[in-house]
Amino acid sequence: MTQAVNQPDQPPQREGGEPDLFSKFDDLIAMRAGLLASGVEDPFGLVMERVLSPTVAVCNGRETILLGTYNYMGMTFDPDVIEAGKLALNDFGSGTTGSRVLNGTYAGHKAVEEALCDFYGTRHAMVFSTGYQANLGIISTIAAKGDYIVLDIDSHASIWDGCRMGDAEVVPFKHNDLEAMEKRLRRIPEGAGKLVVLEGVYSMLGDIAPLKEMIAVARKYGAMVLVDEAHSMGFIGENGRGVAEDQGCLDDVDFVIGTFSKSVGTVGGFCVSNHPKFEILRLVCRPYVFTASLPPSVVATAATSIRKLMHAGNKRAHLRENSRRLHGELKAAGFQLGTEEPQSAIISVIMPDLERGAAMWEALLHEGLYVNLARPPATPANMTLLRCSLCAEHTGEQVGQIVGMFKNAGKATGII
Amino acid sequence: MDRAATSARIAGLIEPFNKKGVEIIDETRFTDDLEFDSLTVMDFVAAIEDEFDIIISMNQQAEIETYGQLVDAVIKLKG
Repeated sequence: MTQAVNQPDQPPQREGGEPDLFSKFDDLIAMRAGLLASGVEDPFGLVMERVLSPTVAVCNGRETILLGTYNYMGMTFDPDVIEAGKLALNDFGSGTTGSRVLNGTYAGHKAVEEALCDFYGTRHAMVFSTGYQANLGIISTIAAKGDYIVLDIDSHASIWDGCRMGDAEVVPFKHNDLEAMEKRLRRIPEGAGKLVVLEGVYSMLGDIAPLKEMIAVARKYGAMVLVDEAHSMGFIGENGRGVAEDQGCLDDVDFVIGTFSKSVGTVGGFCVSNHPKFEILRLVCRPYVFTASLPPSVVATAATSIRKLMHAGNKRAHLRENSRRLHGELKAAGFQLGTEEPQSAIISVIMPDLERGAAMWEALLHEGLYVNLARPPATPANMTLLRCSLCAEHTGEQVGQIVGMFKNAGKATGII
Repeated sequence: MDRAATSARIAGLIEPFNKKGVEIIDETRFTDDLEFDSLTVMDFVAAIEDEFDIIISMNQQAEIETYGQLVDAVIKLKG
């Protein structure tokens, strides 16, 4: 036995005030303390005590309309979805305790991948344990040292983290700027591998990308194209396949990334593709291999939900109607919104600063409405946003109530 | 590429981003002295890239902390 085993593994005691590894968080700690000292409730510590439906929960003992859940199609309480989950829980147990490539692939995992292939009309589908891991895994695995990733500067954190993990050269361009993207593609050295990463809907402002034009340019320069359609699945495009389908360019997308944690109503992530060598990714993609697979109940609920989303025309129409109405009425009430016209099911209300944004967020909560408070660095241009995401299950009456709550809170906090 | 000429072109491009009129020498640091935030960095890098028709990837940007290092990097990238 070596000496080291008998020695306690303790870092040396530090004198008070000496910087340690946590000193890098001091600015954020101070900002949070300052915000809470002003008396507002912690916007990042809300607890849903009970969840009554896709659109209503109990928070702080009060019934609250949910307008910040990404539960676009309201599938979380669908009776068929819940029944499928219960059956799988009974028949296959509470978890797989294993990786997809070892003991963690059950019949349900293959079934949900088949459902995805049917939904998107692709030959291959690969399911990850979260949407974050889908981007992390696919991007870091296909674009490696010496390759170039050209991506929108407003990309989601999971895309940035995938870039960093993969060691490729990372070249961002200004948000939705076709010319800036083309310039960067043109300057990439000849012979280098190229991946263009885009999103259908950008979740902070709820704006959509000009995918048709951008993908055509990417193709011209011989780049592969990956599109994250997390915020469009199920309700944008003729078959709900997303913005690329809506703009008629889905066939030119090499990889669609998506999630089960929004329209599908559970948790998990995926990539669908027609690439002939796609299946090899199951062996080389570390965030796929080195983690446990989704529980059987989760993949059963996902598969049921995805198949129902293929025939959800009425729900889609109602969600679009809700989005149009809320956007129009908030704009008419004098709020500054992230987009001039409603482009998706996300409506972003721009706040003057974090302090007033947090005050407005709290005032809304007291009115009985939950929205997302989004702050830098997650937001573009260091904006503070109150981000609203609509659900196909919001009734017309609820949308009316929501507008009323916004007006009350906006007046109380001096935003309008 | 002539270092002095390259340096002069880059100095001209910094001007609109140098709000406080900080004196630019080789040791000037972008974050600490010029107080560039991530948005400013993006716009500034795009201006340099367009001027010299090069790519400065984020991986390369991570190695560049001072004005002098930027001038050297541009000369190297230009070949």
